[in-house]
Amino acid sequence: MQAGAQWVGGLLLLVAAAAAPFLPNWVVSLATIAFANALVVLGLVVLWRVGLVSFGQALYYCIGAYAVALMGRWIGFTDAIALVLLGGIVAGLTAAGIGFLLARYREIFFAMLSLALSMILYGVLVKTESLGSTDGFSVLTPTFFGYAPHGAQLSRALYWLTLAIDAIAALFVGLYFRSVAGALAAPIRDNEIRVEFLGVSVTSIIHTKVVIAGVLGGLGGALAAMTIGHVDPAMAYWTTSGGFVFVTVLAGSGYVAAAFIGSLVFEVVRSFAVDVMPQLWQMTLGSVLLLTILFLPEGLGSLVSRLKRRVMKPGTAP
Amino acid sequence: MLTASAILTDGLVYAAYLFIVAVGLTLIFGVMKILNVTHGSFYAFGAYGAATAVGIYTNGDWNAALGFVFMLGLAMAIGLIMGIILERGLLRLVYGKDEVVIVLVTYATFLILEDVIGLIWGTQSYGAYQPMISAGNIEIGELVLSNYDIVLVVIAAAVAFAAYWSLKYTRYGRLLTTVIYDRETAAAFGINVTLVYTVTFLIGAALGALGGAVMAPKISVTLGIGVEVIVLAFAVVAIGGMGSIEGALVGALIVGICRAAAVHLMPQIELFVVYGVMALVLVARPYGLFVRAQPRKI
Amino acid sequence: MSTILEVRDLEKTFGQLVAARDINVSVPQHQTVGVIGANGAGKTTFINMITGHLSPTKGTILFEDKDITGKPSREITGLGISRSFQVAQIFPTLTVFENMCIAAAIAHRKPGMFGNIMTPVRSAETTAAAEAAIELFQIGRYRDVTANALPQGVRKLLDIGMAVAGSPRLLLLDEPTSGISIEEKFDLMNVVMSALKTRKITVLFVEHDMEIVARFADRVLAFYDGTVIADGTAHETLDNPKVQELISGVRLKAGAHA
Repeated sequence: MQAGAQWVGGLLLLVAAAAAPFLPNWVVSLATIAFANALVVLGLVVLWRVGLVSFGQALYYCIGAYAVALMGRWIGFTDAIALVLLGGIVAGLTAAGIGFLLARYREIFFAMLSLALSMILYGVLVKTESLGSTDGFSVLTPTFFGYAPHGAQLSRALYWLTLAIDAIAALFVGLYFRSVAGALAAPIRDNEIRVEFLGVSVTSIIHTKVVIAGVLGGLGGALAAMTIGHVDPAMAYWTTSGGFVFVTVLAGSGYVAAAFIGSLVFEVVRSFAVDVMPQLWQMTLGSVLLLTILFLPEGLGSLVSRLKRRVMKPGTAP
Repeated sequence: MLTASAILTDGLVYAAYLFIVAVGLTLIFGVMKILNVTHGSFYAFGAYGAATAVGIYTNGDWNAALGFVFMLGLAMAIGLIMGIILERGLLRLVYGKDEVVIVLVTYATFLILEDVIGLIWGTQSYGAYQPMISAGNIEIGELVLSNYDIVLVVIAAAVAFAAYWSLKYTRYGRLLTTVIYDRETAAAFGINVTLVYTVTFLIGAALGALGGAVMAPKISVTLGIGVEVIVLAFAVVAIGGMGSIEGALVGALIVGICRAAAVHLMPQIELFVVYGVMALVLVARPYGLFVRAQPRKI
Repeated sequence: MSTILEVRDLEKTFGQLVAARDINVSVPQHQTVGVIGANGAGKTTFINMITGHLSPTKGTILFEDKDITGKPSREITGLGISRSFQVAQIFPTLTVFENMCIAAAIAHRKPGMFGNIMTPVRSAETTAAAEAAIELFQIGRYRDVTANALPQGVRKLLDIGMAVAGSPRLLLLDEPTSGISIEEKFDLMNVVMSALKTRKITVLFVEHDMEIVARFADRVLAFYDGTVIADGTAHETLDNPKVQELISGVRLKAGAHA
């Protein structure tokens, strides 16, 4: 996470942004979804660093998405930028509330409680006829300060908005990782007692992480809702959360960029796999996840650091 | 009055099902400290196995009672086989890793097994209603009860009693209690912890499959039935306290009655109520009703 | 000299068990106090109550005239009391330098609710403080070694160094030499005590080795059955017949340091 990495990240971002006009529409939409989901993954990375896994991150994703959709449905509000921020804020506030309960737990309790909480939302949405129950409802076409693009232009506008939000999120999360609170992730995983006796409340640090992950989840959900043009309760379902966890484990917690690349690869592979061999998609996911845990416990991102070590110190084994 | 007794009986039947599923989960957690997401697969395989068994004995024109026993037997056999493959082939490799990492391993396995179900049984759904139909109904006053439901409650009670009795009075049960209480000391006293793990996992797997088997006649056996079960069973176990058998029993009763009450009185909150109750219990008792928080040692 | 720590009628019971009772101690600034007593005599309970790990059943604890009774440990740390542990509490997956950096960064946090987020972990200030602490405790050789690979003595020094990073005014050491070989004990204590003298920190240390106690303590408290049975200079306490009778190891060692 040195300044060098930020320049590389910025450059990649510019290339990704500049490529949009030359790409077919479906590719742009696919990438938008991937980069929106990457925000959720980034939130999970923040938690994963301290050894926590949330099997219910789809809760915030779904809240962000429904916040956008409901604003359109109730008052006809469609400004994309305001809606994304709203999605992040609503999800962040939810996380702040839930955090009081959640921050007391670790390990599987944390994982499963998050899961149960997301299932509450799922249960409520499924039973709410006025919101289309299991079918959900559509999202109004977003506008940008009054500008209302259509078709390919709309796709590109959303794509650029997503990239911009991603860039800001990556920058802030990078800063956070270098703050005391961010750097305490490994110490908390190692030895909570010592952290407490150094004068820091572990609970409040974890609470903060839950909120950060919640905000990122909400932003991701809001962007995804506008891109897909539709919301439904499945966005809160635990298999959605499972997908995010999958990308997180695969990407590892070493690099902020890994969340984005991991998410893109995941979406691309999924869109092909679901076409070519839908009956083997979950098996592929499961096998890759197993192999990653068994052979690359630090995630694919660790390949980069291994490579780097080898390049920087020739002759020494990693 | 009719509603009250309906809530009570429905709740009891639902609790019976929840207990059978949850007891295997809590047993494996108590002994091995593994939250086994694959439990959902055991359930699903049990249900599919039962559906297959029902198909066989209906075609073969067997005696209904024999068919029922065959159904349960086949499902549990499937559970045992899966259990031994998983425990010996995979989990053995990850013992000692973080609890969360092991959850991810069982989650990955669950995903794989979901597609294995599709490969074996296809994407169509199976009806296995014959045992339910042939059992018939019984009328008590205004209340109509299915005899099958009564059998379900009896099976759950038998499982609860067997668990209680074997933990208390058998040699293996006492070994298990020792391991639950303190794994390292148990190992130091020469208890074969590896063997205890394997046996526990097998029992848990068989119970998961049994849960699927007894439910098969009441539901449509189709892809994805394992998903909900694991979340529900976790809620039950979390309410009672992870690793506690009596906790699973009480948790199942609470969830069962609450859900039945919701179904009869306020159907729109049916799914919500289970997790709502869980959240409430956990706010008051962070580790469930039957487990005390461990004080931290320095 | 003003009083830094004042303990009045302190008592701690666990159900029927009385772990500490009738403890009255007053510690002036810059004193080095040794705490002796058999296992289970209440020494660690005493320290745990002062640092907020245990909440006393009865009594008051005043630190610099402020009542800190029953406050959570992190708040007490913030007020200026740090501690080390019988088993060194360090971050095993981080290097010595990273361990110190974390401790130093926490000590140099910006004030306010978001201090943890607004303070970078590596700044000129924090790294300098970490380097200084490493030098002060003479563990520079191990600067880049991962903590779980450290020898026992270095772990202890790191543990104490991290406690000192927060610039405490009172430091409690729970058996700083436990698990250390006899030959190394004195070297370790020399490093620790001279470091604490440099930083002008008042020290309370629990110790089983009477030679160490006699050598380093200005004053010694003897614990027996949950309470203080003797309190005086090292000589007075170690020569006290009651202490010699009730606390094993005292009689053997006391003569050696006349």
